[in-house]
Amino acid sequence: MVSPVLFWVVAALTVIPSLSLIFARKAVHIAMSIVCVMVGLAVAYVGLDAPFLGVVQIVVYTGAVMMLFLFVLMLVGVDQRESLKETITGQRWIAFFAAGGMAVLLISIIGRVTIAPQEGQVGNPEEIALVLFGQYVLVMEVLGTLLITAAVGALIMTHTPRLTPRKTQADVQAARVLAGADPVNKPMPGVFARHNALDAPALDPEGKPIDHSVSRVLEIRHQTAEADEFRARLESTANPEDRQRPHGAPSGDADDRSGTRGRSDEEGAK
Amino acid sequence: MNPINFVILAAILFSIGSAAVLLRRNAIVAFMGVELMLNAANLALVAFSRIHGQLDGQVMAFFVMVVAAAEVVVGLAIIIAVFRARQTISLDEPAELKG
Repeated sequence: MVSPVLFWVVAALTVIPSLSLIFARKAVHIAMSIVCVMVGLAVAYVGLDAPFLGVVQIVVYTGAVMMLFLFVLMLVGVDQRESLKETITGQRWIAFFAAGGMAVLLISIIGRVTIAPQEGQVGNPEEIALVLFGQYVLVMEVLGTLLITAAVGALIMTHTPRLTPRKTQADVQAARVLAGADPVNKPMPGVFARHNALDAPALDPEGKPIDHSVSRVLEIRHQTAEADEFRARLESTANPEDRQRPHGAPSGDADDRSGTRGRSDEEGAK
Repeated sequence: MNPINFVILAAILFSIGSAAVLLRRNAIVAFMGVELMLNAANLALVAFSRIHGQLDGQVMAFFVMVVAAAEVVVGLAIIIAVFRARQTISLDEPAELKG
């Protein structure tokens, strides 16, 4: 005989959490209460002299199946809300009526059944092994095939083929040039300038400052030398060796040169 | 206490599971309702095995568990495929077979 305490504990442990299937809002809460139901059923199996099935219930259902449910909930997104709009009018009441009617029908019929329990030796895992691998060995083989087929089927169903060819580096570069980008790198700041600070724009071979050679961040912070200001600074501090360079600043006449030299000497004296 | 009470408990759980399948639109929640119905059937099988003192009910419950595991794998793969195709897991959305 089964202890009444065990029965009522199992009944409370299974029926109350399973009601969350109907009333709870969030899918994760429902999954966790179903885990609770599975554990309660495992307790019931052990109480009904089926310890092997109780362990299998824990391992397969709470361990594997419900964790798989949680993983899929994670993949799909936990906050997938159900729409509460009824597509079939009165579906809620029809469903309650149908499920309640089935419960009443089943319970009233089972309640009238009287089966005298027979005491037999059940629940020994060795006996189950003898039955499984003796009488039902063919079924076991078929179930093995079924499990492999299910695993392969799940892999095929969740596999997504690549629809577009993979982009190579050459494709990326061709797309950049097509979009109007410079095919080569931008000039570094200060390369042809008088000093190699990052805030000074580079000079092109004609001696004009290249604005986009200075980092945009410095421009936003107003830390760059403005192109005009830079040209002025360049002309004011020009020294004669640079004038002879072919790519230097535009040349002035002799008077200007002597004047600038004097000014730069003054600055040097300061 | 007579083990037949566990069969009544199984009937209640089965009804709750079927109500969930009929009520909920979220495919995963409806699928959990199916799982609860399978487990209720298992509980009835184990209870009958205990009542009759024979192992056949337990063996059948074991087979049901294995088939249910395979069914869960395929069913969840279908749910993921549907979600990838239309970004929803509501059971009302897919209506391609509607005439």
